[in-house]
Amino acid sequence: MSRLDIQTPSRSQTVVDQLYRDVERRIASSPPGLCPIDMAWNFLNLCHAQTCGKCVPCRIGLGQLSQLLQDVLDGEATMETVELIERTAETIVDTADCAIGIQAARLVLMGVRGFRDDYEEHILRHRCLGSLKNPVPCVALCPAGVDIPGYIALVSEGRYADAVKLIRKDNPFPTTCAYICEHPCEARCRRRMVDDAVNVRALKRFAVDNAGDVPNPPCAQPTGKTVAVVGGGPGGLSAAYYLSLMGHKVTVYEKRRQLGGMLRYGIPDYRLPRTKLDAEIASILSLGIEVHTDVDVGTDITFEELKSRYDCLYLAIGAHTDKKTGIEGENSQGVMSAVELLRGIGDGDLPDFTGKRVVVIGGGNVAMDVTRSAIRLGADRVFCVYRRRKEDMTALPEEVEGAEAEGAELLTLQAPVRIEADEEGRAVALWTQPQIIGPFDSAGRPAPHTADVPQVRLAADLIIVAIGQGIESHGFQQSGVKVQRGGAILAESRSRLTALQAAFAGGDCVTGPATVIRAIAAGKVAAANIDEYLGFHHAIESDVQVPPPRFSDMVPHGRVNTTERDAAERKRDFQCIECGMTLEEAMQESSRCLRCDHFGYGVFKGGRVEKW
Amino acid sequence: MVTVTIDRKSIQVPEGTTIMEAAERAGIPVPHLCFLKDINEIAACRVCVVEVEGIDRLVPACDNQVTEGMVVHTNSPRVRRARKTNLKLILSQHDGNCTACVRSGNCSLQALANDLNIHHQPYHRQTPRGYSDFSTPLIRQESKCIKCMRCVQICDKVQSLGIWDVAGTGSRTTVDVSYNRTLMNSDCSFCGQCVTHCPTGALTARDDTGAVLDALADPEITTVVQVAPAVRVAWAEAFGLDPAFATPERMVAGLRRIGFDYIFDTNFTADLTIMEEGSEFLERFTHRNRYRWPMFTSCCPGWVRFMKSQFPAYTDCLSTAKSPQQMFGAVAKSYFAQRIGVDPHKLFVVSIMPCISKKSECALPTMTDACGDPDVDVVLTTREMTRLLRSDHILPQDLGEEPFDSPLGTGTGAAVVFGATGGVMDAALRSAYWLVTGSNPDPDAFRAVRGNQPWKEAVFTIPGAGEVRVAVVSGLGNTRRLMEAVDAGTVQYDFVEVMACPGGCAGGGGQPIHDGQELASARSDLLWELDAKAPIRFSHENPDVLALYREFLEKPLGPKSHHLLHTDHQAWEMPPAPPREV
Repeated sequence: MSRLDIQTPSRSQTVVDQLYRDVERRIASSPPGLCPIDMAWNFLNLCHAQTCGKCVPCRIGLGQLSQLLQDVLDGEATMETVELIERTAETIVDTADCAIGIQAARLVLMGVRGFRDDYEEHILRHRCLGSLKNPVPCVALCPAGVDIPGYIALVSEGRYADAVKLIRKDNPFPTTCAYICEHPCEARCRRRMVDDAVNVRALKRFAVDNAGDVPNPPCAQPTGKTVAVVGGGPGGLSAAYYLSLMGHKVTVYEKRRQLGGMLRYGIPDYRLPRTKLDAEIASILSLGIEVHTDVDVGTDITFEELKSRYDCLYLAIGAHTDKKTGIEGENSQGVMSAVELLRGIGDGDLPDFTGKRVVVIGGGNVAMDVTRSAIRLGADRVFCVYRRRKEDMTALPEEVEGAEAEGAELLTLQAPVRIEADEEGRAVALWTQPQIIGPFDSAGRPAPHTADVPQVRLAADLIIVAIGQGIESHGFQQSGVKVQRGGAILAESRSRLTALQAAFAGGDCVTGPATVIRAIAAGKVAAANIDEYLGFHHAIESDVQVPPPRFSDMVPHGRVNTTERDAAERKRDFQCIECGMTLEEAMQESSRCLRCDHFGYGVFKGGRVEKW
Repeated sequence: MVTVTIDRKSIQVPEGTTIMEAAERAGIPVPHLCFLKDINEIAACRVCVVEVEGIDRLVPACDNQVTEGMVVHTNSPRVRRARKTNLKLILSQHDGNCTACVRSGNCSLQALANDLNIHHQPYHRQTPRGYSDFSTPLIRQESKCIKCMRCVQICDKVQSLGIWDVAGTGSRTTVDVSYNRTLMNSDCSFCGQCVTHCPTGALTARDDTGAVLDALADPEITTVVQVAPAVRVAWAEAFGLDPAFATPERMVAGLRRIGFDYIFDTNFTADLTIMEEGSEFLERFTHRNRYRWPMFTSCCPGWVRFMKSQFPAYTDCLSTAKSPQQMFGAVAKSYFAQRIGVDPHKLFVVSIMPCISKKSECALPTMTDACGDPDVDVVLTTREMTRLLRSDHILPQDLGEEPFDSPLGTGTGAAVVFGATGGVMDAALRSAYWLVTGSNPDPDAFRAVRGNQPWKEAVFTIPGAGEVRVAVVSGLGNTRRLMEAVDAGTVQYDFVEVMACPGGCAGGGGQPIHDGQELASARSDLLWELDAKAPIRFSHENPDVLALYREFLEKPLGPKSHHLLHTDHQAWEMPPAPPREV
């Protein structure tokens, strides 16, 4: 025997490692709606299999907890069992020796406190609150409920116009979403159990890029009802689109010069080309929607006036005000907000940053948009200053990566403390306090704390603050609209305003800054409920027939990821950075879809929502 | 020194003191199960958890040190609940059929469950099935194991054999014979240190009292019992009697009440062993070149098994003299049977030993020299003798004193110290001196080999023979170190005494169990006292041994002695040691 050996993984260890990765992906693609106790029980058994067996709380305790959870699931428990589960889990957390036992028991403890209703249902009524109401995971996770397996099947048959039509049944912005949707549909794609999620968004882009001009369906008989939509962003226009299809007369009031909201005034061209956006808006307006731009509701026309003139009102004003850092020197010249910069760009006003040192404060998607725009405006160097670590940035990782590739310099763990200005009041530097990452905050993110390091001076010609947006809702408050802390408008889940008749609201102004697809979904919900409120029940459907599924052998296969234009080239212009799929890629990628609308539970119940 | 507050009591202790030790010093015992000082400090049972102010979770007291200003609560509501919960969890997987357990009344788990006032079990009973081989001298019952891991640690750290190991993973983690072997196929010495350090009845010695009671009940059979030296100083511990009261003679009275026909003393054959082994040593010593050195004692069967499996090349260095137990059996079924006119096949020889390995020794195929039957029929441990007295409802406190029977009941002071480490060496040197010089040395001349140090060395000059370099070692881990030194040539000895159990037979694996206490030293002191008080202190002066030679054996190392009292250690197979990790 030698004294030391080089460790080489055994065959079984290699296989087990593969299984770990498979299980990891499988957990990530858990279908929504499963019984939380059943899942907790199974996780617990997995944890128990990991115990080394040295200590009692972990070796025996986790097993007994598992037995008790099984009693609950089998309908053999009493409410005292829940107490015993809680007490036992507490003792394991208190006395287990290492993370294997402690974290496993925490998982049970979190559940017994977090989904007590489920426990009670099992124990008192021997039934389960969980149910597979949403058997198609991508559709269930799309806020707008777009028929994803349907349009992927159409793409794979080369029926791109039909794909666009099918998408429009639930989302009138197929092109916009094809370019910039955050694709929550991919998160639990069942294909992940085999290899990786289907690249849904890129397939949608392939459809819209190849569909040509797709006419809208005809509008229903005019109802004689009128609806005013305040705000011409994706949410307002979605509501306007569906309400028009239903036969109502819609008028959109937009404060800015042009329609599009954040799609125009927040998202730069290089992510969503203006021509595409303009074409999409034109298509929507072609239904006969009346538009008044440059009208500020509250100043140019009062809320009450609108209310009296129309049968119903939809507030979709978004979240467009800029948040301030509140640090000293923020009012100096050369300090601007992200909203200000992007709004100007949206209206075609491109400032020249040639030779300038630009400092961007923030770590979200807007901060990245500003950073990458500043690079394109000719800045010499662009710094992105963020309080936390790179992995804590709320921006999509691909946005951060893209910005870095284009030359952005990330300065993480730097909290802005003040802006230094010269005698003429022009900003010359940002002072930051270096931070050290610390314990998790209540939201489960590690929080930064002041590090024992002196402040740092970062010379700057321009400082752009991108730390979030607020909602300009105070004007409506006087008219009886209820506003929550932080400015969000209070509305029911069916988007009706609680205190007012004939008024609905949705999108960013209700939820706070969110995603395009959530604004679209809110517009869709509002349209349905306004239709009902006006006394109708118009169905929105599509006459596109979805092709039958093809057989799939589920052989693990790589996902086609989209590519981007070379960083050195793309950073010089505002042209779209993402390259679309080739036909070959689109055919291959669309064939990876497992067609959960047909296979599995989808063929039995809830597979396809034909209309709403 | 650091100052800590334990249950509102302030105490100063040296740095590095554990919370458990500090609490003990403050007069606050912290309950524990798996803890075994210096051997098993792995905090597995989580019964000793305490609350330390400023620390989020509970802390095991056994493996955490106190720090300056620490404030500890050993019985806070949170501690009470956690401790009880953990104990209930242990009990949920323990075969709690205490009424039919050999450790009932001497079980740490049972005692703790009683202490913590546990009288109902909220958890499902999940007693593991387990598969036990009840034929081996040493038995493990999975259903009673609480996975404290003491056995694994004792065998690794003290005895260096690694017979027990953690087996299985996850919830099925348990203890089993290492490398997926069975006990009978392993190089286990059967020393039984795992048994005496097991807190429950999971590890036990095979109970052979049934065979003894059957023999006692058979009118055709004459029963003979021999009692090993170390048994006499431990037999009454379980009854809580003062050693001064619990004399060997009172033990003899108890054995007679049980019904043995002849109550003899292994001391007799300990003296005989000295005659044979001492003579053998002088024969080798005076013909140095014919033998490989050193010569090792062979009275301890655990050591013989260890030698044959770990250092088989040295097997021929073992004295060929049988152990006193086996010499006794051979003499009983030849000389004694003849003397009382009984067919040796109808003579049933029982040994009472502080030892589990003796159960395997008497069953060796080579130990049938007197009449073809096993020379010793059954070996009982000290604990089994206690159970025999108990089951017959014999009250030792009411017993009188009775002498051992004659002639195999006579022993000298040199024999009684066989039960303590160094005793065999001391006795052998006393007689070797006489054999060479023809005169007795001072019986206390060889003190240097006494005492409880694990590895003792001494050089004595015997006029006419020269310098004799001796070593005495006990405990198999110490023995391995000594053997490696011998093998490496870093030490040179002529004669080495080895006992498998730390402290010798006084601390044997068949002795009464006192969890958390090591009694080998205290019991040995009693044995050395018996030697000091003995009227005869030289084996060669045992009158009945001398009569035995005169009437039957003729002379040490003579043909009859050779046949009955010596053995060939190569004549039986011992499972080899597995490859050792460096």
